[in-house]
Parts: sequence; C-alpha cells; structure tokens
Amino acid sequence: MINFQYVRANSIADAVNLIADDPAAKFVAGGTNLIDLMKMDVEQPTKLIDISRLALDKVEDTAEGGLRIGAMVRNSDLAYHPAVEARYPVLSSAIRAGASQQLRNMASTGGNLLQRTRCAYFYDIALPCNKRTPGSGCGALAGHNRMHAILGTSDACIAVFPSDMCVALALLEARVHVSGPNGARTIAFDAFHRLPGETPQRDNNLEPGEMIVAVELPSAGFASNYSYLKIRDRLSYAFALVSVGVGLEIADGRIKAARLALGGVAHKPWRDTRAEAALAGQAANEAVFRQAADIVLRDARGFGHNNFKIELARRAIIRALTQAANGTPQSQSNKKIA
Amino acid sequence: MQQRNQPAGRADGASGTVSVNLTVNGTRHSLTLDPRTSLLDLLREHLDLTGSKKGCDHGQCGACTVLLDGRRVVSCLTLAVMQDGANVTTVEGLAKDGHLHPLQQAFIDHDAFQCGYCTPGQLCSGVALIAEGHAKTADEIRELMSGNICRCGAYTNILAAIQQAMRQS
Repeated sequence: MINFQYVRANSIADAVNLIADDPAAKFVAGGTNLIDLMKMDVEQPTKLIDISRLALDKVEDTAEGGLRIGAMVRNSDLAYHPAVEARYPVLSSAIRAGASQQLRNMASTGGNLLQRTRCAYFYDIALPCNKRTPGSGCGALAGHNRMHAILGTSDACIAVFPSDMCVALALLEARVHVSGPNGARTIAFDAFHRLPGETPQRDNNLEPGEMIVAVELPSAGFASNYSYLKIRDRLSYAFALVSVGVGLEIADGRIKAARLALGGVAHKPWRDTRAEAALAGQAANEAVFRQAADIVLRDARGFGHNNFKIELARRAIIRALTQAANGTPQSQSNKKIA
Repeated sequence: MQQRNQPAGRADGASGTVSVNLTVNGTRHSLTLDPRTSLLDLLREHLDLTGSKKGCDHGQCGACTVLLDGRRVVSCLTLAVMQDGANVTTVEGLAKDGHLHPLQQAFIDHDAFQCGYCTPGQLCSGVALIAEGHAKTADEIRELMSGNICRCGAYTNILAAIQQAMRQS
C-alpha cells in the first residue's frame, strides 16, 4: 500500500471541497472494498477523505410514501430496519444474501453502489485489465472467465458488478442523490451504473468530485410477491454466479406489474423492461415465466468457462418468478430452493 | 450508530502520522500512527494483543473479527485512524474477573476447535451474534456465522457451543 494523507470531512460541503482540491484523493466510508484494493495496489490514492462520520445515517419516510436511506447507513442496519423488512423485503433479502455480517456491519449504502468488480484480472496488477489500466487488454476474454458476464459485454471488458443489494435497488427503481462541485442532482438507478463499452474504467456515471448522499426508494415495494434467489458456489458468503430479484403485483391470478433484475451476469444490475412488459397482464405460470426468461437472455453470450450461466440464469429466472408468484420467497438462511 | 467525539483528524503534515485515541478491552490508549495501519495491526503490533489473527488480511476469513463499539467487524479492513474514539473488544477482553465468557466455556465444553487459529474470531463473532438477536434456528446461526471460516471443519461443534451460550444468555 502506498502512503497517503488522511483527512476527515466535517460536512458534505467540506468533503466536496476536499476532493475538488485533489483529484488523486478518494472518499472512504466502510472501507471494506477500497482498503482491500489499496492493499493490492489496484487503488493508489494519495489522500483518503474519511466521510464515515457524516450525519448521513438516517432511514426516513418520504412525503411520497417511499424511504430515503442515508449514504452512511450500514448494510446490516438497512437489512434489519423495520420499514425495509416490512415494506421492501426484497431489499432486506438481497442485502442478507451478500458478504458476511461483519462486512455488512462496516459497509455503507453509498459504498455498496461504488464497489468494484471482483474479476481476478482486475485485482492482479501483473495481469492485463482494461478496467484497471485502460488499453492493456482483457485477461478474462480468453482466460478463466467462469464468473464473468453473459450480457452487455464488450471486447474491452466482461467483468460483472458484484453487488446483491443493487439488484434489489434496480428493480425497486431507486434514485441516487449525489452532491458535487456543481451542486446536487438525482440519478435514476438504471442510469447510475454503466456497461463497459470502450470505457470499462468507468463503473458508473458519477462525475469527478461527486459523492452519494442518499438512496431513495419509491413507494412500490412488492412486499407480497417477491424473491431474491442467489446461486453461488457455496451456500453462503460467496459472490453470485447468477442472482435474480423479482417483484410482482398480482390480482386475480394475473400479473398486473412485474419487476425483474439479475446480478452476476453483467457490468451492472441487469434489468429488462421488455421481459417485464411481457409478464404484465399474463397468468402467473411457468410457460409465461419461461417466455420472460427467453427475452432476458435473447442476446446472452458465453465466453467458454461461463457458458453454463445462460441456462443457469434461465432456470433461476423461472424459479424466482415462481417463488414470487407463490408468495414463498427464497429464505436466506434455509438455502433449500423450493 | 453510536456517536463518537469528532477530533479534527488532520494528519501531522511533517511526518504524515496521525494521533489516535481509542479504548481496547477497557484500557485507553493514545498512539501516533502511520495512516496505513489497520485496526488489526494496531492490536497485534502496537498493543501486543495477538489473539486477533491475521488469516487472509482481505476480509475473507473472519479470524481478525473484533467488536467495534459492540458490533462485529473484520479488523483487517478498517484503518486504525478511522476508529479514533472507538471502543474495541478483542478475544482478550471477553473473560471478566477471571471467569471465562459463557461462549468461551461452551467452546471448551463442546470441543469447538482443533488448531484454534480461527477461534478468537469465532468467539467474537459468536458473542456479537447472540447480542444481535437475529439468529434463532440452527440454519440462521450457520448463515450468520458464515463470515468465520474454520479450516479444521469444527463447524458442528461451534454451532453446538453457540446454541449452549444462547440458551444461557
């Protein structure tokens, strides 16, 4: 780890001013990903601006019937928050599917959105990686790519975004509130993370010097019919091979509205509004679910080791939709998949 | 989250070191640290509290688990300077007045370790799990202990020990 200067921000304005003065600086909140990347010399900030003590640790009701989650709310506090458990159980479930309780106690809401890929080529500075060193090539394309993306890839990068929480935030249509040198703005969740294209070094659409201050949930929480199904190499404490978040509104046996997002398959949480539209108005049955899965995966492409993910994703989508429709969401402690 | 006092936290410009005050197992310490020092290295290298283990140093094994203001964290992935004003409990601080913590006794009763390397982290994690109150069933305990890896595979007995201590709490 290279040496760095440590400073503590006293306010949002102080934080924004501090980072504007030093483009090589980074914000640190929970630190669970950044400090690890610094140990690997993947990240080499010359200054760390500690924003962990800013008063952004509240979960508050909004006037529109939604919830505003401060950027410093810890993942564990959010997962077990009574309002989240009652009104947005798919978010609670997704958070509990990720990491360990120790890491969730440390990791912040804002930091979860900003975590980097766990692609092994990104982490090893001896290997090529267009995300870490633009122009150096992609080691995963013809390398060990079992964990890698099947949707939205480019010739420059096939890394996946690792968050579970963000899959739920994508299907809930969260909004991301940010502050920066040009003031405050709000970013729709689908517009927050990016596909790799020719610029895989950019994970998201934050501008230089901007920081996340809150994540806002609209009122629709899909609390009756939801599921978060995560398929991984061991039953707990592993990143997703494929995960599926589902929220349904069902009336008289028919789907009124559907939300569907996938994790572990792309450079961002993968939401497909065409598949959602195909579900709307249909009876909730396996044939309909299979048709939606086929739409999601219409352009899926494997890279050798990860070809299995396409069929795995198809089955996981059908299973998660079935769980949601039946009102029997996947348990995050009893891992039997019913 | 517990509010802590907020000293300025600006680094000493000349040497690049930072002053940190924190309480570990009830004892207050004032130190001047390189900002790169992890909380784990502060405990092991500066305070000679070598119970917390450096297994992977990447937050993947749980051997460095300590209680930070009462919550379990992996001490390898936080900087000591970020924890100025904090209250830390390590495995060395679990016993009180010469008596083992009930979970420590339960680990002995159930033979919940073989080599012992992961045990300090398992104990701190288990103490926090019981205090959190989210785990009731065996499945829930296993899930919420999944951040602590045991390469000897003593999981069955660790589960039994936690269940015993949970009944006593």
